[in-house]
Amino acid sequence: MNAIEIPQVARARAGITGRERRNLLIAALIFIVAGFVPLILGGYALQLAISITMYTALATSWLLFSGPTNYIALSTAAFFGIGMYTAAGGIDLVPYPLLIVAAGLGGAALAAIVGLATLRVSGVYFVIFSLGLAELVRQIMTWLQHVLGTMSGLYVTIERDEPEYYWQLLALTAAVFLVGWWIGRSRLGFALRIIGNDEVVAVHCGINTARAKVILFVISSMFAAVAGALVAPRWGYVEPVVAFSPFVSFQVVIMALLGGTHRLWGPLVGAIPFVLVWELIAINFPNQTTLLLGVCFLLIVYVIPNGIVGLIEDAMNRRAKLGGSAPGPLQRVLDASTASVRNILQRRKSHNV
Amino acid sequence: MDIVIIGLLLGGTYALMAMGLQLQYGVARIMNLANGEILIAGAFSTFWFYASTKASPLFALLLVAPAAFVLNWAIYRTLIFPLVRRAKSQGKLEVDSILATFGISFIAVGILLAIFGGEYLDYSYLAQPIFIFGERYGLNRVVAFLGSAVLCAGLYLWLHKTRAGLALRAVSVSPSSAALVSINVARASALAFALGGAVTAVGGGLLSMFLTFDVSLGVVFTLKALVIVILGGVGDIRGTIVASFILGFAETAVASLIDPGLTLAAAYILFMLVLLVRPEGLFGRRTA
Repeated sequence: MNAIEIPQVARARAGITGRERRNLLIAALIFIVAGFVPLILGGYALQLAISITMYTALATSWLLFSGPTNYIALSTAAFFGIGMYTAAGGIDLVPYPLLIVAAGLGGAALAAIVGLATLRVSGVYFVIFSLGLAELVRQIMTWLQHVLGTMSGLYVTIERDEPEYYWQLLALTAAVFLVGWWIGRSRLGFALRIIGNDEVVAVHCGINTARAKVILFVISSMFAAVAGALVAPRWGYVEPVVAFSPFVSFQVVIMALLGGTHRLWGPLVGAIPFVLVWELIAINFPNQTTLLLGVCFLLIVYVIPNGIVGLIEDAMNRRAKLGGSAPGPLQRVLDASTASVRNILQRRKSHNV
Repeated sequence: MDIVIIGLLLGGTYALMAMGLQLQYGVARIMNLANGEILIAGAFSTFWFYASTKASPLFALLLVAPAAFVLNWAIYRTLIFPLVRRAKSQGKLEVDSILATFGISFIAVGILLAIFGGEYLDYSYLAQPIFIFGERYGLNRVVAFLGSAVLCAGLYLWLHKTRAGLALRAVSVSPSSAALVSINVARASALAFALGGAVTAVGGGLLSMFLTFDVSLGVVFTLKALVIVILGGVGDIRGTIVASFILGFAETAVASLIDPGLTLAAAYILFMLVLLVRPEGLFGRRTA
């Protein structure tokens, strides 16, 4: 047991490793190159690029929480809608940048309430709660508008052109990636991976599991709300049925699963082909979108459970003749420590301590 | 008084759909997020039967139940069982089955949209008043309630008095121990899943006698059934029935005192309370 290597963790404490610096540089370069897209593309192609960026931001922020913990959150639409409504409701009263902050805070507040209520108990309850959250918020919004006597829809009118939306969403995506990378190498991220591996073990390691889960859920939902606030003016008109459409949650989960949920860049790999294929489906079969979305979903769950990233990694491993997937150093530490705590627990149980 | 009786009638009808989910989640251990769509399919089939034959919708249920049974059995064998076999742990199975049934629910919505379209469907059957304690109530609500009560009682007796029912209850307590006493767990789970689907579809047929449906409502009914099952305690039929009445009252009270659009909020408040106060449900056993 003393033979556990902990190179990555030890160095993470000391600072950024050479490999991490290289990865950061590559990521920064990709974002800079992506920043030039609106200068080359225009019209329809740019619209697709905006859509891809938005879904990448949403799916990656979904992954921040659901990836390591294996808690499937079906609530993206609720937070996205709240962001939209914050932007739409305050557009005539408050300057727009403030509204974006407000949307993030609002999303975070709701996520904190939901998380505190549901994340302390079994994961299934959280999934169920998140499933209906969008519908719940929609009902409350509709009711509030009815009571306050306002119109059911709201107009969001500020002048913005397409490249601006793109750049804003790109900045958001970059922020999500940066936060995700930072969490991945922090104690919090480590704690979450242990929770995902075995929650009982995590508790016995002295991790405050509920706190870790709530913090991550809040961060993840905040990004979804900000994304909603950013695209609200592009939609122009916001009403409950559209803003809280459950489709958004569904698509985000599909894209993340398609890409692969065990790497931060998985959702990016999933979002690009999905948005393009989806565009084709929506044009050619406008009446069967729901059905085809369900079929896509099942195909992903049954045929490629580890996503595209999983396929790529398998292929690379096979080429390297490693046989099976080789866990990285961090994963090795994680597996070893999980196994040893599990052993201790089992021994205790058999001695009836 | 109004609220009490309408809540009672509504809750009684909810009991049947929640029993269906209870069988699927409590026995077969599949968190079926497509449950609401099965309910909608039952309601729509009943509507279609009534519209084309003009015979009592109660007869439609005789067709809906076996059809739903076969359909759900097929879903379990082809889609869910491979997941059960592939799962390394209960947690992994839970994630997989949630994702798979979520996908199935969207496919079901797509198929229902293609067949019936996106409009609201309702029909008027037995829309004459009946007087209880001097107040008027729809006869259709009373009939639906009675139908549900008879079926719930039958199901309860079947689970508690027959050998097959005993096997199902054993699987619900512990699948691995049930296998030790030579219960075919795979078959019992498939049976429970199929039976649960049939019961839910019949519940949908009964609800369609007095509620208006459209395709997108499936998820709302899934949530209601889930809240009932969790409130009552997973694996406990008595709890499910009691919880159905609680939800029926809560919804009716909110709908008539505050706003009819807030019924889901009522269910969610109950859900929150259960999670905060008694996460194992009213009759549930606290698991270590």
